[in-house]
Parts: sequence; C-alpha cells; structure tokens
Amino acid sequence: MPAVEQTVERVKEIDVDKYKYGFSTDIESVRAPKGLSEDIVRFISAKKGEPEWLLDWRLEAYRRWRTMQEPTWAKVHYPKIDFEDLYYYAAPKSTEGPKSLDEVDPELLRTYEKLGIPLKEQEVLAGVQGAPKVAVDAVFDSVSVVTTFKEELAKAGVIFCSISEAVKTHPELVKKYLGSVVPITDNFYATLNSAVFSDGSFVYVPEGVRCPMELSTYFRINAENTGQFERTLIIADKGAYVSYLEGCTAPMRDENQLHAAVVELVALEDAEIKYSTVQNWYPGDAEGKGGVYNFVTKRGDCRGDRSKISWTQVETGSAITWKYPSCILRGHGSRGEFYSIAISNGYQQVDSGTKMIHLGRDTSSRIISKGIAAGFSDNTYRGLVSAHRKATNARNFTCCDSLLIGDRCGAHTVPYIEAKNSSATFEHEATTSKISDDQLFYCLSRGLSEEEAVALIVNGFVRDVLQQLPMEFMAETQKLIGISLEGSVG
Amino acid sequence: MLEIKNLHAKVDGREILNGLDLTIPAGEVHAIMGPNGSGKSTLSYVLAGKDDYEVTDGSVTWKGEDLLAMEPDERAAAGVFLAFQYPMEIPGVATMTFLRSAVNAVRKARGEEEYSTPDFLRTVKEKAKDLKIDMEMLRRPLNVGFSGGEKKRNEILQMSLLEPGLCILDETDSGLDIDALRIVADGVNALRSPERCMLVITHYQRLLNHIVPDRVHVLSKGRVARSGGPELALELEKSGYADYGDEATAA
Repeated sequence: MPAVEQTVERVKEIDVDKYKYGFSTDIESVRAPKGLSEDIVRFISAKKGEPEWLLDWRLEAYRRWRTMQEPTWAKVHYPKIDFEDLYYYAAPKSTEGPKSLDEVDPELLRTYEKLGIPLKEQEVLAGVQGAPKVAVDAVFDSVSVVTTFKEELAKAGVIFCSISEAVKTHPELVKKYLGSVVPITDNFYATLNSAVFSDGSFVYVPEGVRCPMELSTYFRINAENTGQFERTLIIADKGAYVSYLEGCTAPMRDENQLHAAVVELVALEDAEIKYSTVQNWYPGDAEGKGGVYNFVTKRGDCRGDRSKISWTQVETGSAITWKYPSCILRGHGSRGEFYSIAISNGYQQVDSGTKMIHLGRDTSSRIISKGIAAGFSDNTYRGLVSAHRKATNARNFTCCDSLLIGDRCGAHTVPYIEAKNSSATFEHEATTSKISDDQLFYCLSRGLSEEEAVALIVNGFVRDVLQQLPMEFMAETQKLIGISLEGSVG
Repeated sequence: MLEIKNLHAKVDGREILNGLDLTIPAGEVHAIMGPNGSGKSTLSYVLAGKDDYEVTDGSVTWKGEDLLAMEPDERAAAGVFLAFQYPMEIPGVATMTFLRSAVNAVRKARGEEEYSTPDFLRTVKEKAKDLKIDMEMLRRPLNVGFSGGEKKRNEILQMSLLEPGLCILDETDSGLDIDALRIVADGVNALRSPERCMLVITHYQRLLNHIVPDRVHVLSKGRVARSGGPELALELEKSGYADYGDEATAA
C-alpha cells in the first residue's frame, strides 16, 4: 500500500475512540532523576557525549533560566507547573545508535506503524509510480531513533539527521547557527529548552540545492511525567529550497505532559524554507483532564536578501497551545508567510499567532489565520506585525477569521501593529462567524450526518490554508479536522 | 406512500399546523397553495425534520414508517428531499464536493456502493446538462454568489442526484424569470415517475402551468381547507385567497 494512502487508512480507523494515538508503548527507557539542577544538565550532556562548548552553552542557559519567571500574558489558565517534579531526560533503552531499521526495537517500529508513519522506505518505494518520497526523522520521547533516506539526501548534499548526531558530525554548522535565531536568553521556555534539550532534527541544504524530497519529523512523547524538549535547526544556504513537515502525537495520560520545543530556521540569500506542522498532541479528555502543554518557540530568520520563510500549521491537539511561529525579515526584499488552522474542542485552550518583524527594505509578509472553537474551548489569535524605521516599503496583509461552533466557546483576536516607518502598508481583516443551524440543517437534509456536515463546513472555512500544505498531507489533514471536531455538535 | 394525519406543529410556541391531513399516493404530484402564514413552509420543514419545529400531535407515515421518529439525515436516506426556498450558502466548499459528499452519504446509508470519481463526474455532467448548468458553476463554492435561478437549478440537480421517493418543492418558483422557471419545471417533470410522489408548494398558480399536479390543496390556518383537481388552482388565480383568511387580499 502506498505510504500516504496507508496513513490515510489509519486515520480513517479512528471511529472507535476520539484520540487514536492514545496508546503508550511498553519500552524500557533510561531516565535522569526527577527535577532540574546543574547536575541534570551535565548528565544530559554527558549521556549524549557532547563537546565542552555545548555543555557550557547549556549551563549558561540553565543559570539564566533560574532567574526567569514563567510568562503569564497569554489567555490560558492552568495550575502552576512544578518544574522539579518532571523528568528532563528519557531515552528508549535499546536505541543507542541504531545503524539501520533492523536494529530498532521492533516494539518501537510497531508504535510508528500504529501512527501510520511510512517509516519503512521499501513501502514508500513499492508504492505507485511517482509516489512522493518523504524522508522521516522519528523522535521518540527525547531521542531521534531513525532517519530514513539518508543516503539519497547525502547525494544531493543535504544533511538531515538528529541534532545530537549533527553536533558530532558537523559541529561547525551547529556552533554557528544554534541559538542564532532564538538566543538562550529569549524566553522562559526557550531558555529551559536550551538547558535540557535532548534531541530534534537538523537540516542543512547547501548553496543552490533544491532538496529532492519532503523532509519530515514525527515527535512522540511516551514516558510518563516526562517533558519533551526537542530542538530543531534548519539552515537553507544561498539559493537553497527545503520543505519540512513535523507531526506530533502523545499517548493519553491523566497528568499533563510538558512540551517545550525550539525551532530555528535560517534562510540565507534567495533561499526558501517551507515549514509545516500538523500538531495532534493529546488534548485531554472530555472533562479537560490530562493533555499536553505545548509551549513552543518557533522562529525563522530571513537573513539573506530575497529569502523566504513560510510557516503552515494545523493545530488540533494539546490541552494548552502557546505558540507563535515568527519571521524576522532582515534581508532586503525578504518575505514571511504564516498560514494557520487552529482547532479547539472540549476544554482546550489555544493562544497562537505569529510575529512578522520587518527590518529590511521592501520586505513583505502575509498572515492567514483560521481559528475554529467548539465545545468549551478558548481560541485566541495573538499576532505582531512591526516595521522598523529602516524597513521602507514594508508590506503586510493579515486576515484572521474565527468560526464558532456552539455557544460555550470563545474566539479572540489580539493583533499588535507597529509601524515606525511611514512608507509601510499594513492591512488587517478579521471576521467572526458561526456555523448556523440553517447551514447544518441544509447539509443534514442532503443526507450528511451532523459530524460530516461540520467537517465539510470547517474544511471549507480553512480551505485557503489547507492548500498551503504539502499535497501528501492535505487529505490526511482534512480527516484530522473531522476527527478533532467529533462530538462538537448536538 | 405519504400519509399525514391530524398534524399539529408549533414554532416558537405558536401553533402553525393545526390538524393537517394529507395523503399522496405513489406516482402523484400534489400542489399545496395558500396565503402567507397558512403553514406551507412549516409543513415542508416538519417533513424534512428541522429542529425548532415541534410536532405536538398527529403522525406522518412514509412508506409505512414513522417519518417523525427519524433524524433529518435518516429521512434523506429514506428518500425525502426538500428543495429549499432559500438554499444555504457554504463558503469554501465547492459545489461539486458537496454534491459528491451528499450523494455518497445517501448511497452508503441505502446500502448502495459509493460512486467512483469517473462515474460520479459522468452522472453529474449528464444531469447538469439537462438543467443547463455550466460545469464552471459547480466548481464555485456552494450557492455563494449564485443568482436566484442558479440556486434553484442547483436544488433540482441535487434532487435528481439523490434519487428521492418524496420530492418537496418549497416555493421553487420564487425569484425565477420565465425562462428559468421553464428549465426548472422541465427538470422536475423529468423526475416524475410511478415510484415517486411530489409535494409542490407554491403561492402562485403560474408554476402549475408547467408542473401540472394531480391534486391541489388549499391550506388555511394550518389545515387543508379545500382539495380539488388542477382546475382549483385556476379558480384561486381569479378569486385570490380572500376566502382563506389572507388579510392582504381580504383588505
């Protein structure tokens, strides 16, 4: 079966329970003791055999973090997190340096199979002619377990591996770019991440190379009481192009799981990075118990002239989402894009949006955000568009649409707009609408079930953004939208 | 086929249907006429199962089954189709996508196989051609920016695709010019068959020149005040609804 179709089939099988990824895998794991101290930071660094400079970097972040306060400005509410009651490192025991798929714990592979990830290259290759190839880096708890298609990518000169591997094999690149977009002093969670990050993906596309396939990472939290702190670093050198997709799942657990990732993108002259996320962390149960706290810092730096960074996100999971993928438009003529679909149901809380910081001349940005709130959820768009005084002819177009399902949820839009340059042109549009009973009845009278009707209407609402996703993931995402809205009406 | 007995229904606490009786045998087309506020549209919504329409008494039997016990989508699967007076707009959803979702949902519920993409496209093309519907229109979001005529033709296209046993047309003639009316009426007439019955709701007689009914019923104050053959419609055209409680005409 072609990989994508296989994935779609898996998603179709969802009917049984609302969150199908809610299984945990019985794999022995190695954990650091609970709590956070300099010793734990040293433990993590030693476990990964890191060079001195990286340990120092982590320790600096750790010391900094000790002086910082948790941010409280977002419109989300949750009990105080006890950072001493978490495990900061968990690694599947049997996966220390697998050389090939054969060496990976078969239990792990079954997990990925359950997730419908086309990990086995041969299945992708055996698919229909012209089936898209997707290289996958799988991160389980905190450790990258397998990366596919490595050789083929290497032929093109593309480096795609786990970040801990990159520290060993390409230290000069890591040293040069790590923390250059999100510095260790950036914010509470990013600083915490810098101190304890365990793994994540690393991508480097050399000058003038168009990455020959989609790159993809699947993250999964498995171990209990474990924070997941992955770190992703993507660099597109001059004139390079890469499209990258991340997918996220976690098992159902009563307690909340903390996820504080950092993603840094660097686009040099004429380079383009397209970064897509399908986030489906466990959202908690119908009463709002459990679920992932997703406190993520994602930022792209359009460092070179005429570079372009495009974020596309589909957020359906997590109990709490706190996430603002941003673009620093430093290069002249650079362009930033943000396309977002954020769906909240049950007791989910979403505070998400973007920042477009125009620094260079003739920079442009575009923000299309579609928020869908159902159940008892709260869905906030928070965004900043700013033009520096030297950013002549900066242009932005923003469109924030909210759709409400039912009358117990909330949608909020909080745009910040700052122009320090009189030649800047900023446009902002916002709408809020509801799925009307009449629309629903019209669909029902044509034979669609209530859930099919809602999924259809919502898919129409988010169409502009869906079209931005890589083809292979569009169908899957449409299904996911339907699933995450199950039980939102009636 | 359709048997309505002593039907009482309330909207917003007001009783609109007040002991309505009506039987439509298989293969027949019945017209419902009546002044504004006599309960014509309410009847169509009650039959299709719209929420806020509360049935307080009486029964509706469709092919021997209790229609009122079914959800709206179950009624659609059982063959009930309502052509809306004001079809709803659904932004971002291509008309073609909507048609296909609806047809396949109904086919699935009826235990039939879902259409393959080429089969579906062929079927739609054929039926759209008869209704002079351009394929370009079907690529546009459902009913968004459609003219009155386009909306009504789209309703008839859905009707013909869903192959219902009971077609209810709620003021399908409203907002149509004479050419559009003729196209729509031809579409409806093409669907007349011995297995199918139709309920044509209209304020004006003119639609009934094109869709000639077997029986005409006049609704007044939520019940059938008078029934007759097609000639009854012509008579009403002359005398108006003054005898049936229409204040506008009476004044």
